Amino acid sequence: MKPAAFDYLRAATQEEALEALARAGGEARILAGGQSLLPMLNMRLARPRVLVDIMRIPGLDGVAVEKGSLRIGAAARQAALLARPGLAAEQPLLAEAMPWIGHAQTRSRGTLCGSIAHADPSAELPLLLLALEGEVALRSRRRARRVAAQDFFTGLMSTAREEDEMIEAIHIPLAHPGEGHAFAEIGRRHGDFAIIACAARVREGAVRLAVGGVADRPVARAMPGLDSPELDAALEALGWELEARDDLHASAAYRRAMLRRLGRAVIARAAAEVR
Amino acid sequence: MPLLPAGRRHRVAFILNGVAVEADCEPRALLSDVLRHSLAATGTHVGCEHGVCGACTVQIDGVPARACLTLAVQVEGAALRTVEGLGTPDRLSILQQCFREEHGLQCGFCTPGILMSLDALLRENPSPSEQDLKENLSGHLCRCTGYAPILRAARRAAERLKDAEHA
Repeated sequence: MKPAAFDYLRAATQEEALEALARAGGEARILAGGQSLLPMLNMRLARPRVLVDIMRIPGLDGVAVEKGSLRIGAAARQAALLARPGLAAEQPLLAEAMPWIGHAQTRSRGTLCGSIAHADPSAELPLLLLALEGEVALRSRRRARRVAAQDFFTGLMSTAREEDEMIEAIHIPLAHPGEGHAFAEIGRRHGDFAIIACAARVREGAVRLAVGGVADRPVARAMPGLDSPELDAALEALGWELEARDDLHASAAYRRAMLRRLGRAVIARAAAEVR
Repeated sequence: MPLLPAGRRHRVAFILNGVAVEADCEPRALLSDVLRHSLAATGTHVGCEHGVCGACTVQIDGVPARACLTLAVQVEGAALRTVEGLGTPDRLSILQQCFREEHGLQCGFCTPGILMSLDALLRENPSPSEQDLKENLSGHLCRCTGYAPILRAARRAAERLKDAEHA
């Protein structure tokens, strides 16, 4: 339960961090808040040769509204975003769901971008980024690019990030006027990883449901409306499509059953907001 | 650009309970281990070493954090507070005194972490709701008390701290 040896680089600028990533050829990892990476290091599930600490790079922790989106920098901590005045107006789904992320004692150091990079299928932030149709801004020495959440999460803890790229920010669109939102989660205790988590958005009769904790990555789908007789069948079909798995915490059948219930519940709450 | 090579000894300097301290460690050293092994601050306990149990919770620049999910080299220049900074055996802090009076501990293994979390919570939020307290304690495992005496101790401490402020 102790990390294997690594070089530690305290980057002073983003250029230094990108240079280190390019040089290490896939054997470097970015260290931000460390709340996902340190458990991986302690359990030796990750054994990078170099850790690049980006938390002392000036300006990387910025959170700002930019072209209709919240731009959240790589070093922005979860607790800092939760404490942002006006978050509930800017993006109510984020404000509602963020207290479910870990515990106060991990949100204090954990970053949003770090959780996105880690891409745990049960984590709330990848689910929220997908539900809200956000984007990931990646940068390497070669190029800068933006990837839609839909294309970013490619499998179990796997993403579209190339080995020499770092996430420099995520972009989350501001709430659309007239849109309803809801989030719900089932876990063993508050702050644990989700057995299943659901987020719904409803606007002008269109329903978008995102589900985490069931498949190997968060998944979002258009769903029939609350009053549609098709909704139950669609939720049931989604549970099978996501290949819900049995594990220590819950059976696949339980996950499908909870998807039917929780899915309907969040869609109902989101729809009630716009009535 | 400080690069600290693996396997070498590096000096880390920070403030521990108001006192400037230095420790020599490898980059891979966890803060929890450096506190206990290099600085003999064994009040911080080590349980799960992957951030779940909460026993190693300390305050880094005033906010609670897991010492087992923090590298010692990350806290260079920071101000840390551990349970040794709360009170002494013959002069307990108000929160510690309330834990004693309400039997908020039995074996005591989880207690230092819980004290550091609640100390920070009560400073930031002097009138926490039941829900605030429970959510904060959800970051800690206690296998002795069943949590009810811990909640009583926290409520009592909140009241007494407010009285102390008005007095």
